[in-house]
This record gives sequence, structure tokens and C-alpha cells, in this order.
Amino acid sequence: MKVLSIKGLEAWYGRTKVLHGLDVHLDEGGFTAVLGANGAGKTTLLRAISGLVTVKGDIEFAGKSLVGVAPEDIVRRGIAHVPVGRGTFLALTVEENLRAGAYLLRNKADIAAAIERAYSYFPRLRERRMQQAGTLSGGEQQMLAISRGIVSRPRLLLLDEPSVGLAPLIVEEIFEIMKQIRTVDGVSILVVEQNATLALKVADHAFVMETGRLVLSGTAAEIANDDGIRRSYLGY
Amino acid sequence: MPASSSQALPGSRRRTLLIGATAVVLVLLPVLLTQYQTFQATMILLYAIALLGLNMLVGYNGQISIGHGAFFAIGAYVTAILVSSFGIPYWATIPIAGLVCLVIGILFGIPALRLEGHYLALATFGLALALPQILKLHVFEAWTKGVVGIFVRKPKAPFGLPLTADQWLYYFTLFFLALAFLFAANLLRGRIGQAMIAIRDQPAAAASMGVNVSYYKTMTFGLSALYTGVAGALSAVVVQFVAPDSFSLHLSISFLLAIVIGGLGTMWGALFGAVFMVVVPNLASEISTAAPWAIYGVAVIIFMYVMPTGLVGLVRKIWNGFSRTPAAGGAA
Amino acid sequence: MEALLQQVVAGLATGGIYASIALALVMIYQSTHQINFAQGEMGMFATYIAWALIHWGMPYWPAFFLTVVIAFLGGAFLQRTVLRPLENASHLANIVVFVGLMITFNSLAGLLFTYTIKTFPSPFPNRLIFDGLLSFHQLGAIVVTGTVLLLLFAFFKYTPVGLAIRAGAQNPLSARLVGIRVSHMLALGWGLAAAIGAIAGMMVAPIVFLEPNMMSGILLYGFAGALIGGIDNPWGAVAGGFIIGVLENLLGAYVIGTELKLTATLMIIIAVLLFKPAGLFGQRIVKRV
Repeated sequence: MKVLSIKGLEAWYGRTKVLHGLDVHLDEGGFTAVLGANGAGKTTLLRAISGLVTVKGDIEFAGKSLVGVAPEDIVRRGIAHVPVGRGTFLALTVEENLRAGAYLLRNKADIAAAIERAYSYFPRLRERRMQQAGTLSGGEQQMLAISRGIVSRPRLLLLDEPSVGLAPLIVEEIFEIMKQIRTVDGVSILVVEQNATLALKVADHAFVMETGRLVLSGTAAEIANDDGIRRSYLGY
Repeated sequence: MPASSSQALPGSRRRTLLIGATAVVLVLLPVLLTQYQTFQATMILLYAIALLGLNMLVGYNGQISIGHGAFFAIGAYVTAILVSSFGIPYWATIPIAGLVCLVIGILFGIPALRLEGHYLALATFGLALALPQILKLHVFEAWTKGVVGIFVRKPKAPFGLPLTADQWLYYFTLFFLALAFLFAANLLRGRIGQAMIAIRDQPAAAASMGVNVSYYKTMTFGLSALYTGVAGALSAVVVQFVAPDSFSLHLSISFLLAIVIGGLGTMWGALFGAVFMVVVPNLASEISTAAPWAIYGVAVIIFMYVMPTGLVGLVRKIWNGFSRTPAAGGAA
Repeated sequence: MEALLQQVVAGLATGGIYASIALALVMIYQSTHQINFAQGEMGMFATYIAWALIHWGMPYWPAFFLTVVIAFLGGAFLQRTVLRPLENASHLANIVVFVGLMITFNSLAGLLFTYTIKTFPSPFPNRLIFDGLLSFHQLGAIVVTGTVLLLLFAFFKYTPVGLAIRAGAQNPLSARLVGIRVSHMLALGWGLAAAIGAIAGMMVAPIVFLEPNMMSGILLYGFAGALIGGIDNPWGAVAGGFIIGVLENLLGAYVIGTELKLTATLMIIIAVLLFKPAGLFGQRIVKRV
């Protein structure tokens, strides 16, 4: 079962074309990593899915096209997107950040349950729930960002560079919890990562992008074990 | 957003021709005008001086002032006081008024340059609002005559020139406008102008290229105050009267809006803006006292959307349309 | 001593009005990073609408509430039509349009209602209370503006829509990505700001009399209040408004006289901008990793 099917996707920033015809398919309930160097177009791919850039081509989510749909409505279809830099509402408290994340839930009990669930994944956030989000450490802010994504109870979660600026240990902890979220809640995850080693350890599928094109796709294990690929595209 | 330096096509010859033709028209104009029209034309010229200065600040340097009416008022009062209380000849007071405004402008500009964008607008807004109150202060009443204001006697044409007093004032003002125009044109074409524009467009890059941003910003503020002060000084002589309430917030606002409507960042914008400032209220005040302002307000909003390059941009567009020279300059 | 107390109380009454204007300015500043120079004139114009409604025979309170509703809709409409196209434009473009709106409202009021000074009724009895310490209207103004401010804080703190407005103001991209329609929130914010301005106008009009220029000075006091409190801090803006109100009265009565009130306010504005740009209570967002 494919949750997301992208065919011939092209995207522009102004007049600069940044995606040159991409074909990507995501399995329902899968954990997929998008790898590649800076400027490969990974972030643009996520922005295209969320409706933040103008695109040509086809993006189909759960059988319906997302092309031309506004970002606010794409969330309503069940895609949560945690942008680069985490997008924290710095002056709001931790709990207010989560309530903002649960903006689309109408029922008070649902909101409370969703927030409670996020706290159960990241107990540290519960301790800091009345604290201003801007006072959290980088790792805690990333936990908050992921939580903000999942409280809307999405079918697909997009994460943009969750490891940036964090200590390796914290990154591993966060990726472990993401794995749990995937299995327990059945959320499909698409993560853009520069840290290929780590991403390939947790993901089950991976794509490699270069200058706006898809150059490789396969299971995480295949890609991780191919020395040639590693050297030429992932640089380690 | 303002159309930057207008290095249009076949180049400087057409421009020289245009400037020459305008100069000839301006010199011959009083022959055709009645006394009252001459007075109005003089007002256009002196407003154009103020707008040249304001345009350097807003159009070329990207600083926003809603308070330049204050400098206009200071210039006017300096001249009126020097003439009425100290008996100094009116022509000698004009440069003094300009210098006073230069100094005050720099003093106000030093703190102001630390204020970005809308904060500067706010501070100058306050200045424009507060100045009439200051002019009414009892402490200064010996000179300013408080609310009553000061009358200035209208000077006659000197050297036995065959001109009426109004015509003489017209040429007197035209002389200052020409001076102001030449000085501004030279300044803006040169290194200083480049620096001013660089600061407007790319402040960080300008600073990293060694442009002393705060120096240029302060000096531009001072210079624009000088221009506006000279205009104010001329207005005291031309109108023959100054009073605190002639320099309300409305004057400051009309300066800013006139420069936007005239054309930001262009030399001609000042002249167009000045024409707008004099002609529109004249036409519209027949309808009611509020009408000119309503027109101002609506016009400026429309211009901001439809023609951000102002009347200059509009004229250029029409001109280019007629002369069939494709892709002229900035307006594309 | 009693005179001093009287000045302080009178300052609190006008301070509440400045606080409202300051809060309206901060609300718009927070979500757009623009300073709305037309805020005062919008309030003035709304007050004229109230005047017209009362003039046509409507009782005070229905006219009051209807005006608040009209102001809200008008503010939201302005945002949708005039301001929205400017969302990504320069400060200059925004300021010019704000100033354009300011004089448009000013002249429109002049056209429709003339420049003759009008008396505006107070809903409160015309007498002094507490041994002449303050007038009933002053007390009423304090209660009305205080209630409005409390209601607003409750709205922002405890309702999902209030939270959505705050989130949209802080991080528009992130807010859109959780499904908040940020541009609607902006319109809502403009509506609220206009409604607050209308209430401030109706509370101040019985004191200063109604005329098209009645708000220009008050706007400056509102600016000063917002800056003292910190332009991004609603609580601070309210506190700043009250501080300015009391300061204005005390300085006016004991130090500089009424002649220099605006100049003193200008000095305060410049001093705050220079030496304490974040304001007395401006919140610094602690960390940005």
C-alpha cells in the first residue's frame, strides 16, 4: 500500500528550478530517509509535499492529489511537517506549543489524549510543560517539534533535518523514539537527514538525491552496505 | 522598491535636453502668469527644494521620516526671527536657516540612525506633532510671538530690476532650486550617492564593503534637513507670515506622500510631487476643506499598489510608449 | 496630598485609554512587525459612527456595542483588502499606506461630519465621586477599559483561537503547518485592534470632545506606552499605557505644564528607543539554537 506517490515532480524558487522530475513512492507505515548533500533539493521535496512551493507534476496522498492545495488544508488531510529549525513557537509554553499542534482537533478530550501521548514519548517535556519553549535545550526543542507534529495525529509525518545542531547521543535517543512512534501509532515517516549513517540505521527505506534529481533508491540496508554508493553520494 | 538610479537609454543627451527645456520653461513662466499664479509657482519651486531633500533621505537612502515639516518650520522661523527681530536682510538668512537645520538634523539624526525603519518614522512623527507646541512656548515668545506668529515684509526686486515683488521672489526661489538640484545631482551621481543607495538596498553588504553606514545615514538626514530648512526659510519670505499652526503634522505627512506620489528615488519626482502638493489642494478645496486630504490619502494608497515609481514612473511609461523605444530603463 | 492623589487617579483614567491604544498597536506589531499609524484615526472614525448612531436616537449602550462590531468588521475588512497585498512589502510601503489610511479616515470624518467640535455623551452620570477625587466618567472609563483588557487576555490565554493568533504572529510558517489559517488570524487581529481602538475613542471623546484630530496626540501617548512596555509585550504595553497616563498628569500638573506634554512624550519615546529598545518589560526570547 502506498501512502504517498510522487510522479514527475518539478519545483521552482522564483525562476530557479530546484526539482527536475522526481518519482517517489512511500509505503504506508514505512520509515523513509531522504539523503543527499546540501542543495540536493531535499527540503524542497518536503516543502512541495506540504504545498509551500509551486510545483508541476503529481503528488498523490491517500489516493488524492495534493497539487494546488494550500498548506493549511494539506495538514487537514493528515500530513504533519516539522520544518528545518524546528519551527518552535519560542514565546509560548511547551504545552501551548502542543495545543497549537493539536489545533485541528476539536474535541477537548482528544486534545488532552494526544498531548498526553506526546508526553509519554518524551517525559522530559511533561516536566517542562509550563516553561517557555525558548528556554528549552536544542534536544528538548526537537522533541517538542516532533511532538507538535504527532499531536495532530497525522498519517504521514515529515521531518526536516531533526539532527541539526544536536549531540549524537540525543539524536540517537530521538531517532529511537521516532521508531517507536512509527510502530505504535502507525504513522508513516519521511525524514530528510544529512547524518546518513544514523538515518540508514533506523529507516527501512532510503532515497538519495543530487541537484534536484533522484539518483538512488532502495532499502536502507542495501544502500548502507554498498561502499560505492556511500563514497560517491554520502561521503563517508 | 523605488526605481533606483534612472540611467535610462540613449543616455545623457536626451536628459540634458529635458533639463534644458524645463529650465527654459521655468525661467519664462512668470511672464505668462498672474500675480497669484506666480505666488503658487513659487510655492511649487520651494516645495520642490524640500522634496529633493526628503527624497535623498527616503528615496535614495531608505530612511523614513514623517516629520520633515518640523525642519521646514524651523527654517521658516529662523528666517522670520532673523528678519523681524534682528534686522538681517532676508537673502542672508536663507543660508543661515539651512545651516541651523543641518545642525539640528544631524543632532536628531545621530540618535535616529540607531532606529531602524518604522522606529525612525515614529520618532519623526512625534517630532512633527510636538514642534507646534514648542513654537508656542512662553519662553521663546519674545522671538516667536507665540500663537500670533511673525509677519515678514515682502521684499522688492533689487538693483532696479523690472520685476514685480512676486516675480522677483519667484526667480529668487528658482535660483535656490537650481542650486539645490545641481548639488543633489552631482552628489547622487558620485560616490556618496552610490553609498547612499547601497545602504538603502543592502545595508549589511554596504557596511562590509567599508561604507561608514552611520556616517552616511546621519549626514543624509542632516542634508535633507538642510534642504527642507532652506525651503522653509524661503516660504517665510514668500508667504510673509509664520505661525505654529501652519506647520502641523499635516505638512509633514504631505511631504512624505508627495514624494511617494511624485516618484521615490528620482530627481524629477521632487518636482512632480511639489506640483501635486500645490495643485491638488487648490483644485479640491473648492469641494470642501477635507477633500484634498481624502484625495491625498486615496491617491497614495493607489500609487503604492499600481505605480510604486510614482508620477515619474507613469510619465516614463507613457513617454516610452510614444517614442517606441522598447525596454527603457527600470520600468519593465 | 489630595491634589496629588487626584492627579494620579485622573492619570489612571486616561492611562487606561492609552493602554488600550498601546495594546492595539502591540497586537498588530506582534503579528506583522508593523506600527499602525492609522490606529488612532480608526478609533476616531468609529467614535463618529457611535455619535451618528446616538444622534439618530439609538440608546448609548446598543450604539456602543454596535460600533464595536462595526469597527471589528471594518478592521478585518481593511486587512483583507488594503493590507494583505503588502504582507511582504517594505517598511516604507507599509508606513506610506498606514499614513495614507490615517489621513483618509481623518478627511473622511471631516467630509462626513465636518470639523466642528462635537460633544460626545458619557454613559455615566455627570458627577464627582469619592469626595471629588474623580468623576463618574473617569471611574467608568477605568472599569470599561480594564474589563476589555481582561477579556482580551483571557481570550488570548485560554481559547484555541487566541492561541492560534499568537502562534501565527510568532511563527507564521510553523503555524500554517499545524493548520492555522494565518491570514485569517491577521484579519481577526486587525478586527480586534480596531474594536479596541473604537472603545478607547468612545471613552476618551467625552473628555477631549469629538473632532477629526482628537486622536493624534493620544496615538503618540499610545506609542509611548507601547514602547515603554516593550513593543512585543502586551502586558508591558498595558502597564506602559498606565505609566504614561499618570506621568502625563503629574508632569503636566507639577513640572512642565500642559504646554509641553507632547514634547515630553516625544522625549520619552526617543529615550526608550535609544537606551531601552526592548522596553521596561520587553520579553527577550531566551535562546534561539
